Amino acid sequence: MSSLSSAAPRIETSSKGQVRAAARKPLARSGPAVAAGASWLALALITVQWPDLGDWGRGPELAVGAGALGAFLILAGLFGGLWKDGAARLRRLTPWLLALGVVFSVWQATTAKWGWLPQPFFPPPHAILEVFTDDWAKLLQSVWASVKLELLGFLVGASTGFVTGVLLGWSRTFGYWVHPIMRLIGPLPAIAWLPIAFYAFPSSWSASIFLIGLTTGFPVAVLTWSGVAGVNTAYYDVARTLGASRWFLVFKVAIPAALPHVFVGLFMGLGASFAILVTAEMMGVKAGLGFYLQWAQGWAAYANMYAALLVMSLMCTGFVTLLFKIRDRVLSYQKADLKW
Amino acid sequence: MVRAARLATVGAPGADLDIRDVSHSFAFEGAPLPVLDHIQLKVERGEFVALLGPSGCGKSTLLRLVAGLEPPSEGEIEVEGKPILGPDPSRVVVFQDPTLFPWRNVWDNVALGLEAQGLLRSRHGRIDETLRLVGLTGFAKAYPHQLSGGMAQRVALARALVNDPDMLILDEPLGKLDSLTRLTMQGEIVNLWRGAGFTTLLVTHDIEEALLMATRIIVLSERPAVIKADIRIDKLYPRHRGDPDLVAKRQEILGLLGFEAAW
Repeated sequence: MSSLSSAAPRIETSSKGQVRAAARKPLARSGPAVAAGASWLALALITVQWPDLGDWGRGPELAVGAGALGAFLILAGLFGGLWKDGAARLRRLTPWLLALGVVFSVWQATTAKWGWLPQPFFPPPHAILEVFTDDWAKLLQSVWASVKLELLGFLVGASTGFVTGVLLGWSRTFGYWVHPIMRLIGPLPAIAWLPIAFYAFPSSWSASIFLIGLTTGFPVAVLTWSGVAGVNTAYYDVARTLGASRWFLVFKVAIPAALPHVFVGLFMGLGASFAILVTAEMMGVKAGLGFYLQWAQGWAAYANMYAALLVMSLMCTGFVTLLFKIRDRVLSYQKADLKW
Repeated sequence: MVRAARLATVGAPGADLDIRDVSHSFAFEGAPLPVLDHIQLKVERGEFVALLGPSGCGKSTLLRLVAGLEPPSEGEIEVEGKPILGPDPSRVVVFQDPTLFPWRNVWDNVALGLEAQGLLRSRHGRIDETLRLVGLTGFAKAYPHQLSGGMAQRVALARALVNDPDMLILDEPLGKLDSLTRLTMQGEIVNLWRGAGFTTLLVTHDIEEALLMATRIIVLSERPAVIKADIRIDKLYPRHRGDPDLVAKRQEILGLLGFEAAW
């Protein structure tokens, strides 16, 4: 009896709640998108309607871009129901778009308009945009030079480190000779080699390959080694009773079992190598984003520095993302414990 | 037992084993720790021999020696009249842990032996056949972390059987399984052995398991192990655990292991 009497009102409230939720839904859904759109429209208005204190590049273009994005977001918020999948994807981005619109507007107002932040150290957004529109060829060239140097140095270091690690884990004689050398040299920051390397190698470019390789190689060697040394001995027993040769034990047991460790080493090596890349480019190599940064500083071109920094972080994060993609593919049998 | 004897005379798969005066010791804190003490054991082709003893008595060590994973400190072990020089795929081991390679799926794990011996191309079909034999047909693409304990041990069994061994060495293969899976797999292993006729050595500390599966039970003492008794079980399969002969044998073995007061 009590269950019946309590059941009836519950139905009523739930239907009322549903009606209310249904009425609230469109607003809740379009609200964030409309707000984000408004923030970008505000940026557009601030940029063109409010006169600049100084002379900075691509104001009108920035305003057009921000205005177009703002208008799109507002329209998407209002008519998102027409394309459900797209709206769902956009909805995940709207909080970030709103935050960015607000930050850019404040940035624009405090630099170009009020001049609160000291110039020329804090250029407004449209000055940085100008770097991308007017100096893109040089930036692109620099990115390409950096990518080439980094990739080559990393591959040389990673493969040397990997082979060293496997041999350390497998051969006693190799370990006897190489382990002390590695313990002595490995922890030394590769930067310390810089003066000698630039003098000993035929070009600063080849010296940088060596330094990036050294930085990458050390963690890769140590982790590959510990991976190989830590392989469950039962795996070897199983393989041996099934007729495995020495070759099979190395390539089909030890190395695959050690791969999760190897990827940790690659990740550490990659992170450390970025520091060497930028330093080498600033100190000697006459190309790349590090060189671009140095050059921009020489001209007090602060907008160019910010632009180069942004491109550099995109490049580095791109490398790390690529490494994780490869890892996820190679170690697909594992439940991933570390996400990027 | 009748069947095993017949197989031996026909010269079907299976290998005989002759353990002659084998002693073994490990280095433990600088001093030798004797594990096996003058073990003498002859096993005929196609026999199913259970090695039963208290834990830590050295029965697993004896299996490692027969598998060729280690040489004995003293004495000789011969298979078919030839001394054991190292591991060989004609004598495969199933360990207590399935030790499947986590980076290989079920099919590739079973293929391991054939791949290591360079036989993968010529005996490719054996893998699916063996997976069917152990009841894992639909799981060829699964990875070890997706398998239950019983399924993983079935894969380990398939990985051994795919090599058509003359001798199957089982080192407490059911020790970590739940009791129901254990009962099922005891029957399955006996059926596989009866079907293929290989010689089987089973290490276990479960008296009932030995009584239900083996044609012969070797009772070992505590470390350093000596053979305390060699008991023949001439019973047809499938055996019943309530069988009065088996119950009597169980009592006898318990007595040998020093548990006569227990039941």
